[in-house]
Amino acid sequence: MDIHEYQAKKILSDFGVKIPTGGIVYSPENAENKAREIGGSKWVVKAQVHSGARGKAGGIIICNSPLEVADATDKLLGKKLITNQTGPEGKIINRIYIEEATDIKHELYLGLVFDRSSESIMVVGSTEGGMSVEEISKEKPETIIRSKIEVAVGIQQFQAREIAFGLGIESKLISRAANTIIGCYKAFSELDATMVEVNPLVVSHQDEILALDCKMSFDNNAMFRRDEIAELRDKTQENSNEVYASDRGMNYVSLDGNIGNIINGAGLAMASMDMIKLAGGEPANFLDVGGGATPEKIVKAFKLISMDTKVKVILVNIFAGINRCDWVAEGIVQALSKIEIKHPLVIRLAGTNVEKGNEILKKSNINFIEASTLEDAANKAVKALG
Amino acid sequence: MSIIIHKNTKILVQGFTGKIGSFHAEEMIKYGSNVVGGVTPGKGGMTHLNLPVFNTVKEAVDQTGASTSILFVPPAFAADSAMEAADAGIKTCVAITDGIPSHDMVKIKRYMRRYPKDKKMGLVGPNCAGIISPGKSMLGIMPGHIYKEGKIGIVSRSGTLGYEAAQQLKDLEIGVSTSVGIGGDPINGSSFRDIIEKFENDDETIAVLMIGEIGGPQEVEAGQFAKENMSKPVISYIAGLTAPKGRVMGHAGAIVSAYGESAIEKVELLKECGVTISKNPSVMGETVKKVLVENNLN
Repeated sequence: MDIHEYQAKKILSDFGVKIPTGGIVYSPENAENKAREIGGSKWVVKAQVHSGARGKAGGIIICNSPLEVADATDKLLGKKLITNQTGPEGKIINRIYIEEATDIKHELYLGLVFDRSSESIMVVGSTEGGMSVEEISKEKPETIIRSKIEVAVGIQQFQAREIAFGLGIESKLISRAANTIIGCYKAFSELDATMVEVNPLVVSHQDEILALDCKMSFDNNAMFRRDEIAELRDKTQENSNEVYASDRGMNYVSLDGNIGNIINGAGLAMASMDMIKLAGGEPANFLDVGGGATPEKIVKAFKLISMDTKVKVILVNIFAGINRCDWVAEGIVQALSKIEIKHPLVIRLAGTNVEKGNEILKKSNINFIEASTLEDAANKAVKALG
Repeated sequence: MSIIIHKNTKILVQGFTGKIGSFHAEEMIKYGSNVVGGVTPGKGGMTHLNLPVFNTVKEAVDQTGASTSILFVPPAFAADSAMEAADAGIKTCVAITDGIPSHDMVKIKRYMRRYPKDKKMGLVGPNCAGIISPGKSMLGIMPGHIYKEGKIGIVSRSGTLGYEAAQQLKDLEIGVSTSVGIGGDPINGSSFRDIIEKFENDDETIAVLMIGEIGGPQEVEAGQFAKENMSKPVISYIAGLTAPKGRVMGHAGAIVSAYGESAIEKVELLKECGVTISKNPSVMGETVKKVLVENNLN
C-alpha cells in the first residue's frame, strides 16, 4: 500500500527526521492562508498523488507570494496529473501540500528496501539526489553505497555514520545525518514498511538535513496490525476496478489489452497472460480469483470483468484441484444466469473431473467456446476478437 | 528415493482442528500420508480425525516422534507457530498460510539461524501448495491424483502452475519424484537453489523442472548453482512475460523492481547457465520430454 508524500513526511518526522515546515490544503483559500501561516517569502506547492516524477509533470510549482500559492493550488486541484509512472490516465489531485522553500546546498538519495537475497533490510544511498534510483544505477552506479542491516539487532550508529560519510556529509553534520538515517530505518522496521525513499534528502545552506520528498510503501499483509497506516489509504489514487477487486479478496491488475481473464492462481494467471501475448493478443487484466474458485468468487469475477469497457473477449482458465471441475462449471453456469455477458467467452477447464465439468457447461445454455490446453485457450480467445 | 518426504515420514498438522487444517489433513490421510497428530493450543488431549491433539509442538514431537509439520495457522500467528516447530526439533515445516507479513518472515529466518546445521529446520513456503512425493506421501493442498509416480523433480513458486506441469507430464506418461511448492512470497523459507540441490543429490530424480516467475533473484541464483554444481538437466519456465514493471502480480513476491527480475531477463540469464527454457507454459511437459530424449534419460 502506498501513501502520500505529506503522510510519509509526518511519519518520518515522528521518528526524528527533519522536514520543511508545511501543511495540507484542499482549496485555494486554504492554501493562501497556509502560506501566510508558514511564513517566509518562497513556497512550494506540491500535488499529492501516488506517483514520483511529479515535478517534470508540472505537479510541483514554486511560488513567490501567498497569492501565487492560491493560484497554483487552483490550477492543480481537481486536475489529473500524468507522470511517467501513472500511465496515460493519470491520477486525480485532491490534496495539495504547501511547504516552505528550502535553500538547497546538496541533494542526496536515501532508500530502504528488503534485500531478498540476504533477507535483511538494505539501506541505499547516493550523492546524486533528485534522480530516480533507476537513473542513478544506470548513469552513476559508482555513487551508490549499500549497507545491509541485521534485523535482529537493528541499525547501529556506526552503520548510519558510514552511510553518512559515504554520502560526503561534512563532519560537523554527521551525527545529524546519522540520526536521519536511523529515523528512516526505525520507521521502516517498526511500521511494516516495504519501502522508504527520501529523494532528495538535502543539506541546506543553513546546515540542516531535511527530507524534501519522500515515499513510503507498506506490506498489505501486515495491515491487520497497522490500523494507523491502513487509515492512510487513499482509494482515489487507485484504479477503481482494482479497489473493487481488493475489497472482495481478489488480486486484480488492470492492463491495456482487450482480452479479459478469469483465472485461479497467480502463476497460472501470469502464464495465461503470456499465452495470450504469444498468440498475438493483449490481456486486459490480471485476475487471480484464488485457489478456491468458489461459485461466489466466479460471480464476482464476471461482475468485475464486465465493468471493464476495454474487454472484447473473456477467457476463463481454471485448474481445479480439490474443488473439482464439475463444481467450478456449476459456478460458471450460476454466475452467467445472474450476469449478461455480451462478449465471446472462451472457457478452459483442467484438472479433476474435467470431462464432467465440460459436460455441465455444454448442457447449459451458455454460449461459449470450449478450449482444451492453455495454448488452445489463448489462440481461441485471440481468434474470437475477429 | 524422493526428497524431503517419504512413505513413512511422520507428519503433524499445526492448526489441526480449524476448518482448513481439518479438510486438508483428511485429504492427506486419504492419500496415504502418515499423519500422526496435530497441534492446537488449548485443545490438547482431544482426539480429532481419530488422531491425538497436542497443546504444544514439543509435546507432540515427544509423544509421536514426528519429524515434519504442515502449518495452516492464520497469518497473525503463523510466524510464532513456525518458530515453535523449529524449536521443537521439527526437521521440515511446510507453511501453507497465505498473508504472513514480510517482517515476520525475516524474523523467522533470523530465529532459525540459532540452530546448528544438523538441527536446523527446513522451512518450505509460506503461501505455497506444499510437497508431494507421488505414491508415497502428500504434505500439502494439491490434488494428489494428477501426479504420476516417476523421476522428474518439480519445484514451483505457483501452486496452480505446478499442477499444470504435473498434468502435462502425466498426459505424456512422465512421472514425478517429488514436487515442491516454494510459494509466492518475497521472503520464503526454501529457495529454488535449496530445492534443486536436494534433487541433484536424490538418486531417483533424473531431471528438474523449475517453474519461476517475475520478481526477486532466486531463479537466477538457482541457475548459477545448476551451472556450477549440477549433473542433471534443468528445464525452466518463467511466468510473467506480459507483467508490467513495478506492479505486484497476485503473489506478493511477483514484482519487477531491479535488473534481472523480469521474465525476459530471467530467461536470458538462465539460458546462459545452460538451463533449457520451456518457451511457453503449454509446452512444459513436452520440453521435459525433449530434454529426456536428448540426454538418453527416457
